[in-house]
Amino acid sequence: MLTELFAHLLDSRILLDSQVMLGLLQAVAAILLCLGVVALCRHYGIRVGQETSVSLLRGLVQMALVGVLLGLLLKGGALIAALILFGMMVAAAWTAARRLPEVEGSLYLSFLAIGAGAGTIILFMTLIRALDTQLAILVPVGSMIIANSMNACAQAMERFKSDVMAHVGPIEAALCLGATSDVTVAPYVQSAVYASLLPRLDMLKSLGLVWIPGVMAGMMVSGASPLYAGIFQFIIVAMILAASGISGAVAIALLRRRVFTPAYQLRLRPAAHETAS
Amino acid sequence: MPSPALADIALADIAPPVSPPAMVGVDVRGLSRRVDGRLIVDDVTLTVAQGEVLAIVGPSGAGKSSFLRLLNRIDEPTSGTVLLKGRDYRQIAPRILRRRVGMVLQTAWLFPGTVAANLRFGPAQIGRTLSGDEVSALLHRVDLPGYEERDVSTLSGGEAQRVSLARTLANEPEVLLLDEPTSALDEETSRAIEQLVLAINRDSGATCVIVTHNRPQALRIAPRTLYLEAGRLVALGPTKDVLDAH
Repeated sequence: MLTELFAHLLDSRILLDSQVMLGLLQAVAAILLCLGVVALCRHYGIRVGQETSVSLLRGLVQMALVGVLLGLLLKGGALIAALILFGMMVAAAWTAARRLPEVEGSLYLSFLAIGAGAGTIILFMTLIRALDTQLAILVPVGSMIIANSMNACAQAMERFKSDVMAHVGPIEAALCLGATSDVTVAPYVQSAVYASLLPRLDMLKSLGLVWIPGVMAGMMVSGASPLYAGIFQFIIVAMILAASGISGAVAIALLRRRVFTPAYQLRLRPAAHETAS
Repeated sequence: MPSPALADIALADIAPPVSPPAMVGVDVRGLSRRVDGRLIVDDVTLTVAQGEVLAIVGPSGAGKSSFLRLLNRIDEPTSGTVLLKGRDYRQIAPRILRRRVGMVLQTAWLFPGTVAANLRFGPAQIGRTLSGDEVSALLHRVDLPGYEERDVSTLSGGEAQRVSLARTLANEPEVLLLDEPTSALDEETSRAIEQLVLAINRDSGATCVIVTHNRPQALRIAPRTLYLEAGRLVALGPTKDVLDAH
């Protein structure tokens, strides 16, 4: 297995390509520029030399390794692509869950929300053949959808959390009148899901006017019809909107139950509410 | 504004007798709540007679409101329980329990919209729609006749607290918990709310438990008083005796 990998590396000339040598020289130039900034900082008494040097070295080594790894993986099939996307969803869930440490099971909740949004949409795009099952296509486009699902999930959860914590009084007033937990947080569910969709809606509105996304530019550079490239980019952004909507809605549907106990007692409260009074 | 007729009612005419009646309204047994390892309510046991008005007093941070919040299970006790007419309240569905044990909070927390919509909120939770006459009757009880279509954003603090009281009464509770309902109001409005509470207690026979930091208020409205300190029951007895001793 290792021999095969090494042979593949040599074969694909990832390490020996003249382009790589050029890249290394450019990296050295970038590092020198950064070190110039470090020297400027030192002049003003800001000592970041050691930290910056270590970070630059780490960044170069990490990205070189990622490049090599991707170069190998891009030759893989649909199964490897699915595994990579699964790993990305786990990482995305972990990132989103960090916004909600107060809620038990927030990692699982985030994974379900991101999986429901991104998973459904990636599957749908594959079924309508808008997405090729080749790893080189599936992973980059899938990662865009997962990243947006993650942002939508995190934004929805964070908005819901802040709304609930800012409205403990009205929520508990409604609970005291015999309302269910779902009734008491209904207004905050709507605003949280909307808040998670808003950046994606703005993205759709400004598509082609304010920004030309990378996928479209890449397709045109590689010789695709500009019209098709434009339509394909629209499909991707529309699917991102759909994935974000599903992720935001699923996240809040799951979260709204978890912020209450089974006896409809509000768990998510500012610390001041839990002191003796 | 309160009606003169209501303001003229002598407290002696509407205050319940000092000696507790035979029927138990609320039976509190060893109620405790621990938060982050600290006991904020510590093993409180007492009975409140049906139809009685009981005041809870004590220094700031004594656990008065924390104790009150355990009585309708808006917070969960760490240990102990409450019996309502002899039944453990953990066996009663929380939504039903909170209809039977109504609570008026320190802040009115009215929902955006009209006064009538606020009054209809509680009954609507069990699919019941209050008629116009029922809404009017509730508003008469709290001395706000004709306020049905008023937007809650236009109400004064005293009016908002009356609407909050009427909203709780719309559920026809057996027990009424009041968490410093007059703390943000001026003296005149506070007195009017006190009289309303006593009138409601007299008319509906609801057991009332009121948290107050206002000692004269406790003397005016509650024949018995519970004194809490650091979450513990320190004294329970006739209001004057308890307040004189602490």
